[in-house]
Amino acid sequence: MTLIPGGRMILAWFLAFLLLPIYWLVNMSLKTNTEIVSGLTIWPHSPTLANYIKIFTDSSWYSGYINSLSYVLINTVISISLALPAAYAFSRYRFLGDKHLFFWLLTNRMAPPAVFALPFFNLYSAIGLFDTPWAVALAHCLFNIPLAIWILEGFMSGVPREIDETAFLDGYSFPRFFLRIFLPLIASGVGVAAFFCFMFSWVELLLARTLTTVNAKPIAATMTRTVSAAGMDWGLLAAAGVLTLIPGALVIWFVRNYIARGFALGRV
Amino acid sequence: MDKPSDNKAWLLVLPAFLLVVFTAIIPMMTVVNYSVQDTFGNNQFFWNGVGWYKELLDPSTELGGRFYTSLGRNLIFSAIILAIEIPLGIVVALSMPREGWSVAACLVIMALPLLIPWNVVGTIWQIFGRSDIGLLGAALNGVGLNYNYVANPLDAWATIIVMDVWHWTSLVALLCYAGLKSIPEAYYQAARIDGASRWAVFRAIQLPKMHRVLLIAVLLRFMDSFMIYTEPFVVTGGGPGNSTTFLSIEVVKIALGQFDLGKAAALSLVYNLVILIVCWVFYTVMTGSRSRPHVLGGSS
Repeated sequence: MTLIPGGRMILAWFLAFLLLPIYWLVNMSLKTNTEIVSGLTIWPHSPTLANYIKIFTDSSWYSGYINSLSYVLINTVISISLALPAAYAFSRYRFLGDKHLFFWLLTNRMAPPAVFALPFFNLYSAIGLFDTPWAVALAHCLFNIPLAIWILEGFMSGVPREIDETAFLDGYSFPRFFLRIFLPLIASGVGVAAFFCFMFSWVELLLARTLTTVNAKPIAATMTRTVSAAGMDWGLLAAAGVLTLIPGALVIWFVRNYIARGFALGRV
Repeated sequence: MDKPSDNKAWLLVLPAFLLVVFTAIIPMMTVVNYSVQDTFGNNQFFWNGVGWYKELLDPSTELGGRFYTSLGRNLIFSAIILAIEIPLGIVVALSMPREGWSVAACLVIMALPLLIPWNVVGTIWQIFGRSDIGLLGAALNGVGLNYNYVANPLDAWATIIVMDVWHWTSLVALLCYAGLKSIPEAYYQAARIDGASRWAVFRAIQLPKMHRVLLIAVLLRFMDSFMIYTEPFVVTGGGPGNSTTFLSIEVVKIALGQFDLGKAAALSLVYNLVILIVCWVFYTVMTGSRSRPHVLGGSS
């Protein structure tokens, strides 16, 4: 049951609008370049997987995926493990400057990556991390740690404080309490926060491209190679694009039941 | 609820705090440092005081002119984006089924654009809008419209706006949906007994319950549309002419294209300040109106 008249129609049109460009990309990725440039076809007349085979067999292509996934995973692990204790502090205690600190953390979410591109380049070159996944992973902490703290704090505040107090009375040490009792209670919150860290690190390109040249180059930057002297390799570009959708689609599938709650950042 | 006061909580915040200081404060100080200096080749820096800021804020100079026109484009773009995506997102959220297998299907399809790397979003629309190989471009030209986003500024703007609506409306819809899910069924039953119209239900029950998520949606959509870089850069490269050159594109152009680090840094800081101020205004206005009592059990 929807809540407004004609809801089904509106929803159907909206979903079609979302899927149409993606369908076109998939369609193109299965065509040969000759078919692409020789006119519009609604489905591939001679479907080919050649574009995908090229990506999976050429290491300069598939290493891009590995690079992207490695900095995204490193970033997610760092962000969540540092945000967990911080979010616990914000949700359970008042301390000197807590409100200001929370707000300041969030303002980092408002800094345009374009502003940080050049200083980041200098900073990570100076400490010798340039062109490693670590540089990108640390740079993405700029917006992911504040976001993770924000989400986790919301979920943690939903857990009654009596649980902490009872555990401490029972003689639990803080680390043991946190790992054994508290963490399982907010498991869905950790999942949602990890999803958001994954998402924002996976989609960001400006910083990722600035901080890498060869060894840690993300897939999204590799895609610019399809422009060559012989013209655009549209089929290859489309296939590479389709492959960048897959990690996201997999992640969504696993967290689909938490998405709605997670988007409300835990405390509607 | 009252939280106990304990300054030892700082120890728990410290690791996250230090890492954010490392990734935010150090680069920010570098930007401040650049913004008061002038560069020449060979990495030579000269003190320039507030010179760049003066030039930036004076519309008669070349830099100031570029700043104000790009700022204007950013403001118009964000205003259009908010005016389309927020109402559309609310309507889509209200249209979603409330239970059953179709909920998961809707959620997955709607979240899909959000997880596409931003330059791929640009690539998708760049292809989709081309009149030779793209479905949209070909269809529009097929029905007699002379659509060409590479040559016509208006078409370029339309493409970027539709692209952003495609990319981000789901975020607003998902946020609103999460807000709607928190409304107990009893509220709707009470409204039905009272014979409330759909509009009354929306005004008195649904809108107040969505207030918090709408605040998040407006803030996130404003920040991100105001910081937009990758998508228009891929689709139009800032053109035709300079018609889609936003502030972020301008910053990168000045910093990495012309290597005018001082100018770019001053522009960056003013840019960041504008975002902070507008977010603060939104936040104050939207939380200020909340003190008004709600008709039907609006406390959350």
